[in-house]
Amino acid sequence: MAEVKLSKVSKATGVLCPVFDIDLKAADKEFLTLLAPSGSGKSTILRLIAGLEVPDEGEIYIGDELVNDLTPAERDIAMVFQTYALYPHLTVYRNLSSPLEAKNTPKDEIDSRVKEVAEILGITPLLEKYPTQLSGGEMQRVAIGRAIIRRPRVYLLDEPLTNLDAKLRVHMRAELKRLQKELGQTMIYATHDELEALSMSDKIAVIHGGRIVQYGTPMDVFQHPKNLFVATFVGTPSMNLFDCSLVEKEGHTYLEGEAFSIDVSDLASLIRSRLSNSELILGIRPNDFEVHREKPPGDHMEGEVYVVEPMGASAIVDVKIGSVLAKVKVPGSYSLDIGSRVWLAFSRDKMHIFDKNTREAIL
Amino acid sequence: MDRKTKSKIVKGVKYFLIAIVTAVWFFPVYWLIATSLKTRLEMFAIPPKWVFNPVLDNFIDVFWERRYGLTPGPTEFPKFLFNSFFISLCSIGLVILIGTLAAYSFSRFELRGKDTWLFFILSTRMLPPIAVVIPIYLMYQRLGLLNNYIGLIALYIMFNMAFAVWMMKGFFDEIPRELDEAAMVDGYSRMGAFRKAVLPQALTGIAATAVFCLIMAWNEFLFAYILSGFDTRTVPVALARIRGESGINWGTITATEVIYIAPVIIFTFFLQKYLLRGITFGTVKGR
Repeated sequence: MAEVKLSKVSKATGVLCPVFDIDLKAADKEFLTLLAPSGSGKSTILRLIAGLEVPDEGEIYIGDELVNDLTPAERDIAMVFQTYALYPHLTVYRNLSSPLEAKNTPKDEIDSRVKEVAEILGITPLLEKYPTQLSGGEMQRVAIGRAIIRRPRVYLLDEPLTNLDAKLRVHMRAELKRLQKELGQTMIYATHDELEALSMSDKIAVIHGGRIVQYGTPMDVFQHPKNLFVATFVGTPSMNLFDCSLVEKEGHTYLEGEAFSIDVSDLASLIRSRLSNSELILGIRPNDFEVHREKPPGDHMEGEVYVVEPMGASAIVDVKIGSVLAKVKVPGSYSLDIGSRVWLAFSRDKMHIFDKNTREAIL
Repeated sequence: MDRKTKSKIVKGVKYFLIAIVTAVWFFPVYWLIATSLKTRLEMFAIPPKWVFNPVLDNFIDVFWERRYGLTPGPTEFPKFLFNSFFISLCSIGLVILIGTLAAYSFSRFELRGKDTWLFFILSTRMLPPIAVVIPIYLMYQRLGLLNNYIGLIALYIMFNMAFAVWMMKGFFDEIPRELDEAAMVDGYSRMGAFRKAVLPQALTGIAATAVFCLIMAWNEFLFAYILSGFDTRTVPVALARIRGESGINWGTITATEVIYIAPVIIFTFFLQKYLLRGITFGTVKGR
């Protein structure tokens, strides 16, 4: 049992990005991702769990044990740093063996464990090399190896893929996820890359300004963003936003924007009950639009093709709707002329409505 | 003139200038060594004798008393040489031990008033030493530290500490904190992490610091002159006293000086790689 629980944890002193009132739980064997832009305090949270920082307030539990007063060594955790932090003066072998040496493990056991881990990570040929002789991907494997060799209760990973090139990153993403399932251990992973978060995690905690703004499954976070920050931060290209207001006309209620008007009479009472005033923001994800050359039935917006960005399998079409440039994801085979008139249709359940004032989601 | 010849000429001029500067710089050293190997007559020859038959008489004089009217036998010089070594090595040993820990702490921990402390340490170097000679003499007199190894060693520790802490803090700052942290997460204590992850990387920097401190302690004259007695006399003080006895015995003086500067030159020669790093520290990253 190695669930990790933070209860009302704050850390605002010191040089790190501050965090406030963090309530967080990573269940046993769970892959929890802390998703946040740089400088939001995700590293601070990892360091608090690792014991490299002391919280100002709050309690941290690993398993059922309160670990606030334990040193990093006593917490039985492993951490992978963004810079890998390999010991430059030691060979890969000695880098891997150092956590075991710290615990005075017998020599032959160290040897067999090092070889086993090297095998798992495919770094056996590198054992006698020094870290400076390794490529980024190899260093990263060694860093992960050093973490898993001790079989700790919890793994903490601080942006481990950030320093890798794009291809390797995608490859390691899958490997890490697979590894976590094989190890069957709790893993807490900090990243600013929403793709990593969505693709790897069981749970995501989105952090903004040192606070957790949303916690849930990747699907939940993607489909039901709690506020404008999460809505625009998660998803690439990010969600299209349109200013609009709630208008009554002849017994119907409309969402009226600069260049569209959508009948939302059926939702009117629901929206109204959660609204602080009538200023709203309508959000629709790029892949929830359907492009039509003729005016379609149902909900839609009308616009003009501004530019098309082909990306092989798909393409991004920028459509000018009023003064807003909306991004629409279409299949790569799609061809559209710049300046042509298009209609963007969308279904009712793909609409996200936010209160412009509070920036919280209404729908 | 094409560019190739031009750059050759520029290069030639550069080397010529370097050669001149080097010659000016090293001429005294040459003169010192040459004189120590000459006989008394050759030393004073005008014009100077550039070609001569080197003799070791002066060096023998340093170690063996054979002047007319004095009892033949070993001189006191080996004792002074030992004093110099003993005082220098003890003081830098302690400076490095205490300074390394202090520098590491200053580099890694959030201390209350850290900048003030660092400035305070530096400020010990701001007074010209001669300004504190008298007070220190009086203090040492009361404490019974005159003509005492501990007195001189303590003083040299004080002199070198500021330099050592500041210089080594620079080296520790260059070593990423993640290394200590990784080691602590791996299961080491703070001291364990320091030994395992940080110290091996700081060794070149520590060596450079040690050399600089050694040179300072080895060369120090003023305090050694005032505070030491016969038992604790160091080589520079002994040197100064040779001149005072029955005429100036240039042969013994130069021979003593050659022996005196030899350890520093040898040391510097073998550690020049680290010294260069020490001088340029903070400007050159990596190893």
